[in-house]
Amino acid sequence: MDFDLNEEQRLLKESIDGLLTDSYDFEQRKKYMKEKGGWSKAVWLKLAEQGLLGLPFAEADGGFGGGGVETMIVMEALGKALVLEPYLATVVIGGGFLRHAGSDAQKAAHVPGIIDGSKTLAFAQLEKNSRYDLFDVSTTAKKKGDGWVIDGEKFVVLNGENADTLVVTARTKGERRDSSGIGVFLVPAGAKGVTKKSYPTQDGLHAADITFTGVEVGADAAIGNPDDSLALIERVVDEARVALCAEAVGLMDESLKTTVEYIKTRKQFGVAIGSFQSLQHRASDMFVAAEQARSMSMFATMANDFENAKERSNAIAAAKVQIGKSLKFVGQQAIQLHGGIGMTMEAKIGHYFKRLTMIENSFGDTDYHQRRVADAGGLV
Amino acid sequence: MDLAFTKEEQAFREEVRQFFRDNVPPDTRRKMVEGRHLSKDEMVTWWRILNKKGWGVSHWPKQYGGTGWTSVQHYIFNEELQSYPAPQPLAFGVSMVGPVIYTFGNEEQKKKYLPRIANVDDWWCQGFSEPGSGSDLASLKTKAERRGDKWIINGQKTWTTLAQHADMIFCLCRTDNNAKKQMGISFIVFSMKSKGVTVRPIQTIDGGHEVNEVFFDDVEVPIENLIGEENKGWDYAKFLLGNERTGIARVGVSKERLRRIRDLAGKVESSGKPIIQDPAFREKLAACEIELKALELTQLRVVADEGKHGKGKPNPASSVLKIKGSEIQQTTTELLMEVIGPFAAPYDVHGDDGSNEAMDWTAQIAPSYFNNRKVSIYGGSNEIQRNIIAKAVLGL
Repeated sequence: MDFDLNEEQRLLKESIDGLLTDSYDFEQRKKYMKEKGGWSKAVWLKLAEQGLLGLPFAEADGGFGGGGVETMIVMEALGKALVLEPYLATVVIGGGFLRHAGSDAQKAAHVPGIIDGSKTLAFAQLEKNSRYDLFDVSTTAKKKGDGWVIDGEKFVVLNGENADTLVVTARTKGERRDSSGIGVFLVPAGAKGVTKKSYPTQDGLHAADITFTGVEVGADAAIGNPDDSLALIERVVDEARVALCAEAVGLMDESLKTTVEYIKTRKQFGVAIGSFQSLQHRASDMFVAAEQARSMSMFATMANDFENAKERSNAIAAAKVQIGKSLKFVGQQAIQLHGGIGMTMEAKIGHYFKRLTMIENSFGDTDYHQRRVADAGGLV
Repeated sequence: MDLAFTKEEQAFREEVRQFFRDNVPPDTRRKMVEGRHLSKDEMVTWWRILNKKGWGVSHWPKQYGGTGWTSVQHYIFNEELQSYPAPQPLAFGVSMVGPVIYTFGNEEQKKKYLPRIANVDDWWCQGFSEPGSGSDLASLKTKAERRGDKWIINGQKTWTTLAQHADMIFCLCRTDNNAKKQMGISFIVFSMKSKGVTVRPIQTIDGGHEVNEVFFDDVEVPIENLIGEENKGWDYAKFLLGNERTGIARVGVSKERLRRIRDLAGKVESSGKPIIQDPAFREKLAACEIELKALELTQLRVVADEGKHGKGKPNPASSVLKIKGSEIQQTTTELLMEVIGPFAAPYDVHGDDGSNEAMDWTAQIAPSYFNNRKVSIYGGSNEIQRNIIAKAVLGL
């Protein structure tokens, strides 16, 4: 029973916090947003230089062999600084598929580019009607010779605009909502038949809706078993959920801090508004919500290593529920306590609120996960 | 970071659990499960069993009868005790006045009181709140005047829990009217059998009798019954209230109740099938279980922190425990109400004489719901807790 970071983890935290303090204040972030693709290549290369892009990969693959706690540290820091760069899409999710099921050849082809910052990935999973069900896949991958032909439409693919390689879920067998017959394929973003409609998202990231029309890939494109990869997808998406929980904790910490600073300095009726009890109690409730979220983020991080997949999923679903409830409260009240200024694009708090809000609706919202926990027979 | 308990800790949990299975009187457990009040005899009998085992005052220093357990062991013991369930040691003696006496009392006082607290030879009650002094405790008016070798005590205390059973009271009394309000208070202990002490019951909305008003009318108390220094009582009171940081979340109590809800919800029918199959109910139950899991983790963070860095500087997360712990306890009693539906209404006119079997498990649910409204009020109301977070944690 230990919730402290070890020496190496403390150093990691110091290093990424230091890097982001130097290169990621709110004004710098505005500049990065205007760069091509909506994020900073220079910052990405700095992350690579500090070894952060190789953190979770095995040493044999050129990485540092970091675990869940290391990813939690990084995601919290990225949340705190409201970072735009595609760490989740590239390192956590794209890298996650490669780590868990990539062949030696696939790893050799993709991991070095991720680690040195020269290549990014995107996860093309969401479909028009799939909502949060990972098994709901209409996109097809049909056998052709040794390889595959992919047809279908994917939506809100984060980093889809910039990624070099797309990780695509597609059905090789069965009906739309069958849990078997789903595969995962590595598709070069520039492959013939891939068309993209790119756009900025509400929280300042960039995404794309991507259509695959007769896209031909080789036999080596499939990660894992092309006929039965739902468990793999669930595994990697669980890791993405855990990462989002940590990012949300970082966002909530900074939201609370910013809000408390604001109500200490903003004066009305001749006094700081933070001297009013109604506002103090609201801020206290934000603190409680953020601490409960932190506890569950830690729980999810540790649950990620549970051997029993059902227990793991249930614990991570529970964490996503707590984070969803906490982030909604902290985000909304941060705006409320800022008053009118919180409604403006100019103030940074609204941008935290928007990112928090989008996290709730990523990979299952609060209701979705609460139902999963309920259906699994609870958590006591 | 590591969530797992060590092998030794797991073995300790099993040992504790087995001891409860073998030693908690079954009727005591049943009454706890059903949310009934226990008699004085039932509680004292159990506490003496615990004390005989050497676990009656587990967190006291070893020289006064404590166990020397780690903070994780204390956590495990409390969780198992609460979720078995069995009565927790009498807080007023074991967690409140005991630590004040062994920290600030003189040798004679330690020798006189501590073993009797451990064995519940004396039942202690707490004389803090007054009719005009609730959250603003330091405004208290009960007076102790020095006359020769006696204190003469006059005034009134209220919300005095289980004073009807008490042999002894520890009392905050004003001993200096001219000092700033926190500075003129002393910590004095005396017998509830003293001449001039009157206990009047307060019936609470659950129909129960837990709390009392206590009146002091020229009560004579030996001068040596002052604990520590005169006019330093406020410091001792703060020490006492800050002592119990983690138990207050009562995670084990809520766990036990949630298990009971699940069990009952599998039996009670709604629309022709067990209510546990109603998705709306099931999700509410899951929501409560998730909140409790978060609280349990928050509590473990505080426990692990205390184990590593000592109790000196409280982990800011500890402020969460009272607020969330009380809210969750209240939610569990709401869920129980929901499970029994219309059978919440009958009043337990037969008491617990076994004559009405059908009502055995339903009769205490509404009273327990009413009674649990107290948990967000006592021990520093949740609003006071929010003031504390705002000031001590957020610096507002």
